[in-house]
Amino acid sequence: MPHPAPAVFAALLLAASAAGAGEIAPADRRSGFDQMGAETRAIQRDDTANPGMLAVADGAELWARPPAAGAPACADCHGADGTGLRGVAARYPAWDARSDRPIDLQDRIRQCRRDRQGAVPPAYESPDLLALTAFVALQSRGEPIRPPADPRLDRGRAEGRALFAGRMGQLGLSCAICHDDNWGRRLGAAAIPQGHPTGYPLYRLEWQGLGSLQRRLRNCMTGMRAEPFAYGSPEFVALELYLAARAAPLPVETPAVRP
Amino acid sequence: MRPRLAAGLALSLMAATARAEGGLRPYAVVGDAIPASLTGAPGDPARGRAIVADRTRGLCLLCHAGPFPEERFQGDLAPNLAGVGARRSPGALRLRLVDGRVLNPDTIMPSYYSLEGLARVGRAWRDRPILDAAEIEDVVAFLGTLRDAGTDAKP
Ligand code: HEC
Ligand code: HEC
Ligand code: HEC
Repeated sequence: MPHPAPAVFAALLLAASAAGAGEIAPADRRSGFDQMGAETRAIQRDDTANPGMLAVADGAELWARPPAAGAPACADCHGADGTGLRGVAARYPAWDARSDRPIDLQDRIRQCRRDRQGAVPPAYESPDLLALTAFVALQSRGEPIRPPADPRLDRGRAEGRALFAGRMGQLGLSCAICHDDNWGRRLGAAAIPQGHPTGYPLYRLEWQGLGSLQRRLRNCMTGMRAEPFAYGSPEFVALELYLAARAAPLPVETPAVRP
Repeated sequence: MRPRLAAGLALSLMAATARAEGGLRPYAVVGDAIPASLTGAPGDPARGRAIVADRTRGLCLLCHAGPFPEERFQGDLAPNLAGVGARRSPGALRLRLVDGRVLNPDTIMPSYYSLEGLARVGRAWRDRPILDAAEIEDVVAFLGTLRDAGTDAKP
């Protein structure tokens, strides 16, 4: 070939445009629910069979109970039955003016526990935090995810998008390789979902228990042989901001069930 | 595929550049292949088969299917490995495993014998390749035995 260099450029350009299916259009977004077996779907649909509902019941109890004598209960400020927080989970993470950063739902609850109730905030993945978060998120079940249009969230969302697209770990994979480009295919025994955060906290059969979105993300990062981000880290909140934007307008499913 | 062909040409232009990185054995890429064994010795196909089938060592069956009747769940993100030993020379298989990015910069197949360009590697996996040089040779030797796309694929 007389002009190898231009041919190489053309090849690179072609390869770049061919690589990856890219971001999923809103009309094509599907919950991981749709790819589950009929049995697992039936468990999620039936509140009397869904183990996540036990955590919701624990959450309702914590909601009504003062953390210490004389301290207000969540219910004292937000209403007895939780419906006052309807729709809240569908628009988190949101901007937190007090700490001047984006905050996710579980950190919001920890903040109220500390600042409004004067109590020790429950640890990440503790039964109390999962139960309270599940109870609050249940109030938004069926509501479409609606990320706030707040421009102060743009930076975090862009950081989350870069984390999602970037390769990491010993295997050199990215979230997007699996969840944008190869969803619907089989990774060994597992069907690859689009990777939406619609159901958290949720009951995972593999965990035999309830877990947060961050626990799920840590599982995926470990699978990539990457060093997982820490619970509550700004990186996770950034990823959650982007995940919410790429999931909208799918409905909140908490408490979901997954394999 | 046009892009691959052109990229292949580019490769032959930089043919025979020796590459070596942090503690890994040096090797020479010639065209689309690493012709010489990384260890100087041939690998063992039986050990190679065990590595390929092992989801925590080779990880191959997460993405590939292949002639492994005993493995129930195989991936469908990548070409079936049946007959790959007839399609590719041992040297081409070796380069594909060592660092497939040389062949396709956007490949999703991990580079099994490279530390280049990695970010945020988990503590347990840091500073070592996915497979060591002897394991690469075992896998190359095994893939070379997969000669028949038809019968290899049948259980
Ligand atoms: C003393 C009153 C008080 C108590 C007790 C309290 N909160 Fe709050 N909470 C507030 C106020 C006021 C806000 C909104 C203002 C702010 O903090 O920015 C809020 C905000 C929230 C939000 C975010 C709402 C939104 O629209 O973004 C959630 C979720 C929440 N609280 C959950 C809880 C939970 C769960 C508990 C119990 C563990 C609790 N709160 C206890 C006063 C309280
Ligand atoms: C190698 C492919 C792969 C990579 C890379 C990967 N995931 Fe996943 N992810 C999966 C699979 C498979 C599941 C479903 C697991 C199951 O059902 O057993 C999943 C599940 C999820 C879920 C849960 C979806 C639901 O319906 O509850 C989310 C969210 C998610 N991944 C996000 C991410 C993020 C963010 C990253 C990057 C940090 C990532 N994943 C990297 C394969 C991958
Ligand atoms: C994360 C997914 C993934 C994993 C894990 C993986 N591969 Fe691949 N492999 C691919 C893809 C995708 C291709 C297709 C070529 C490309 O896209 O670069 C490929 C191509 C190949 C080819 C060339 C096939 C042909 O027909 O020319 C061979 C050989 C191969 N892989 C062997 C292996 C072996 C052996 C392992 C395990 C040690 C492995 N792969 C692990 C994704 C993977």
